[in-house]
Amino acid sequence: MKLEMKDSPGQLVAALKPISDVGGNIIAVIHQREPDSDHDTLDVQIVLELPEGRLENLVALLKEQGVHIQRIGEQRLLYKRTVILIGHLMHTDLSDTVDQIDSTGFAEVSELAMSMPAVKDRSSSRLTIKSVTKEDMEAALAILRRVSRQKSLLLIEPMEEIA
Amino acid sequence: MKIALIGLGSVGRGVAEMITKKDLGLTITGLADSKSGAMDSGGLDIPVLLANKKKQGYCGDPGLTALDIIKKADYDALVEVTPTNALSGEPAIGHIKAALARKKHVVTSNKGPIALANKELRAMAHKNGVALRYEATVAGAIPIMHTLEHGLAGNEILALYGVLNGTCNYILTRMAAEGLTYEQALMEAREMGYAEADPTYDVKGIDAAIKLVILANTIWGNGVTLRDVDCTGIDLLTPDALRLAEDEGCTIRLIAEAIPRKHILRVSPRIIEKNHPLVVDGTLNALTLETDMAKEITLIGRGAGSVETASAIIGDLLFIKDRYDGRA
Repeated sequence: MKLEMKDSPGQLVAALKPISDVGGNIIAVIHQREPDSDHDTLDVQIVLELPEGRLENLVALLKEQGVHIQRIGEQRLLYKRTVILIGHLMHTDLSDTVDQIDSTGFAEVSELAMSMPAVKDRSSSRLTIKSVTKEDMEAALAILRRVSRQKSLLLIEPMEEIA
Repeated sequence: MKIALIGLGSVGRGVAEMITKKDLGLTITGLADSKSGAMDSGGLDIPVLLANKKKQGYCGDPGLTALDIIKKADYDALVEVTPTNALSGEPAIGHIKAALARKKHVVTSNKGPIALANKELRAMAHKNGVALRYEATVAGAIPIMHTLEHGLAGNEILALYGVLNGTCNYILTRMAAEGLTYEQALMEAREMGYAEADPTYDVKGIDAAIKLVILANTIWGNGVTLRDVDCTGIDLLTPDALRLAEDEGCTIRLIAEAIPRKHILRVSPRIIEKNHPLVVDGTLNALTLETDMAKEITLIGRGAGSVETASAIIGDLLFIKDRYDGRA
């Protein structure tokens, strides 16, 4: 969300406190001062995770603090992984492969790029999967592994970020 | 220190040449190839024996076998660099046991014995009070074993990730850079001498898996074998797949990984960001270790080559020479 607040000491802390009060988790705070701005207000962007249904609560608390909310951009699915599938993708029902992920309710295929050479050749596709949590992503990848084995597709997984 | 060198292929020749050329305090007193042997406790004339090998196909006396040299020659450390047999480990296992039984140190680049009989051979070396070292079995010139044993001593190794097969890395580099098909890149690798006539071991990921087994047993002593590795090769990759990865600022590399806490022991082609430290070009090897104190450490270097592999073997020999100074 993008916030506008008075450029005076203590304002940022006042804006951040309600987030933890409603059980939210701050992922990033981006604060850029326009060099030629003569406003006495400050623009701050905050990326955060909130439990279901707490957003209205947070908005009310922020208003009480005199913070003006310029924009709320909601992003439901936080985790993103890209995989590549190689094989006879169409003959093995690609829409079923995608649906096996989408039908879970906790993960979905948000992007699909494909290249199909000659009809008999194996085709290659890149799938971007999104999910709410890391565990959901692991579960989605496990489904994809199982489906790939069943359909004799080569699944290329991303390198995990080193923890 | 006196050395018996068994095997005169590319690696054996590199070791013989470097020991002769450099003043390292090492003397070769026994030498054998697959057809002949030679020994002289005062030190062999290596240039003459290597010239013999070039001229007639064997270096010494056809009446002497490798085992004759191992059992009869006067030496302190055996260098076993015969070709790897990943299924039986022989004749190298027999060579190593014969030397250990005589209380001789052993240094090898041979993956077969270390992957198949590491525990037994280590126990035998320990019982006889000698060293068994195999730096050259994994990632060629990269001093991974020394790094684990000394540089990272006291660290808990949490995970390891590696590019351990130069042939696969060369093929993938060329597919990505030039849009070659797998078959074209393999053919090019053969012409460059980076791939063998039968590339199965390399391209199916088996060679990388064997190295992963050696590393896992060395680090964790967990007794894993080749059968425990979840192994996928690169032979079914398409140029389109590499292009699709490229569109996202990534590429594809064959990654060997071991993460005991997640029960992962796997060799597989992976999508990896191009600026990742494991993305090295051509036949290079790379290894990232994740540890509790040092955090991540990445080593990059040449994974093969005559003199490069000799570097690892000579490093092991000089370590033994220092450590066992009194009797070597």
